[in-house]
Amino acid sequence: MAGRAIETAGLTRRFGALTAVDRVGLEVGYGEIFGLLGSNGAGKTTTIKMLTTLLGPSAGTAEVGGFDIVRAPAEVRARIGYVPQLVSADGALTGYENLRLSAKLYGLPGAERSARIAAALEFMGLSDSAQRLARTYSGGMIRRLELAQAMLHRPAILFLDEPTIGLDPVARHSVWDRLRELQRGYGMTVLITTHDMEEAEALCGRLAIMHAGRIAAVGAPHELRAALGPEASLDDVFVRYAGGAIDAGGEFADVSRTRRTARRLG
Amino acid sequence: MGRFLRESGAVAQVELLKLLRDPTELFSRAVQPLLWLLVFGQVLAHVHGIYTGESGYLAFMTPGILAQSVLFSAIFYGIAVIWERDLGVVHKLLVSPARRTSLVFGKAVAAGFRGLVQAAVIYAVALALHIAVRPDPAAVLGVLAAVLLGAGVFSTFSLVIACIVKTRERFMGIGQLLTMPMFFASNAIYPLDLMPGWLRVLAQLNPLTYLVDALRGMMVAGGEHVHGYAPDFAVLLGVFAALLAVAVRLYPTLAQ
Repeated sequence: MAGRAIETAGLTRRFGALTAVDRVGLEVGYGEIFGLLGSNGAGKTTTIKMLTTLLGPSAGTAEVGGFDIVRAPAEVRARIGYVPQLVSADGALTGYENLRLSAKLYGLPGAERSARIAAALEFMGLSDSAQRLARTYSGGMIRRLELAQAMLHRPAILFLDEPTIGLDPVARHSVWDRLRELQRGYGMTVLITTHDMEEAEALCGRLAIMHAGRIAAVGAPHELRAALGPEASLDDVFVRYAGGAIDAGGEFADVSRTRRTARRLG
Repeated sequence: MGRFLRESGAVAQVELLKLLRDPTELFSRAVQPLLWLLVFGQVLAHVHGIYTGESGYLAFMTPGILAQSVLFSAIFYGIAVIWERDLGVVHKLLVSPARRTSLVFGKAVAAGFRGLVQAAVIYAVALALHIAVRPDPAAVLGVLAAVLLGAGVFSTFSLVIACIVKTRERFMGIGQLLTMPMFFASNAIYPLDLMPGWLRVLAQLNPLTYLVDALRGMMVAGGEHVHGYAPDFAVLLGVFAALLAVAVRLYPTLAQ
């Protein structure tokens, strides 16, 4: 594929007097796992919402999969998968039914549907629990189900908004493994937001650190560390560019959403 | 068209599955119309306080209670949508390439299922009370079509309110504020002729009046309808189309 998977210039979103995302310029190549780091309220979720066409920008431009998010939102949506920070799998449906809904909404032909669903369930290790209600799944299984829904139509680009928040270490590693396999096996581009440095280090080829709506630094984890000093950790890099401790900042709504998600997955 | 049907069908199918899996809501929603018919209706029919023609007050009231039941079960549909927003389900639906019209229409169809169950309950009670319901298939199909359309109107109205208020607490307040005035400012339990002028004007602006009017003509033998079926269905269709257009514009704001 020619060009970049994601390209933004001056991307800005204001809510009244508040500028949540301020002139963000990003370039993400096809096949990358790219991390967007920042404290609560740094603007990560707002950026993802704009890139997934859920929210219109106040200024600037963005192309996803080669299509403008404002002028061609339907083209963008057809090429992306999205796992929101909130738990989006429907607990009142079985794993299979959740996937069937996605398959129909993404227009997978009837003849292919069952095979694709079976393959996605197998890939995520959920074949045995496909007929169980999603509300009986563990946190890790729910996230894997959501990943299965997001990848079902083989999108070029996956957006994941803090996908491992609230998960125990085993479940977290299981999600990471699936993401790496998605990148290797299907060549998917992954844009992931997180404020977990271990996750960023383990998964991401490149990172952008957001602070107060702006991109404060961009680079590979080792480059960002090296720029700060030989002993610097990614935590040090984060504190340097994000201007405080990892969990500092964030509005009531951000904290509330994060806790709600953690509670549902925990 | 095929794509629209597939997408709407997928959304409606999910709602139907959930309803069949946990039908508690259907049973609880059936209690209120039963009380209206078995208590309020019986007492008022006995008093002969409202003249409603030869067929009697219970027969007059039964289509009104069906319409009320459709209104009450559909108008709180927005709560479920706000709940889906809080869970992130709305975000996932809106990021899919499915058309917004399909998503909103699918929700309306699902509300129609609930209305059909209410219709079945009220038909059963009407038969038990020896009310002369029209058994001809055309009339029954007409009632079902009116119920589906009415449920579509009120559930889409509910969705519009949900998109504006965005929280369950605010929605509950507004829902309570709307339902009883809509019910009393209609011809559900008394004829338009008995209303004072100002109330009659409000009733004529109320889509519930047209739903009741259509149901009254088709559900009970000798039931008198004032406007005629074509105007009744035209008003309901027009209001549904207008609300659908508004809801399609507002629905994406739930994920912002």
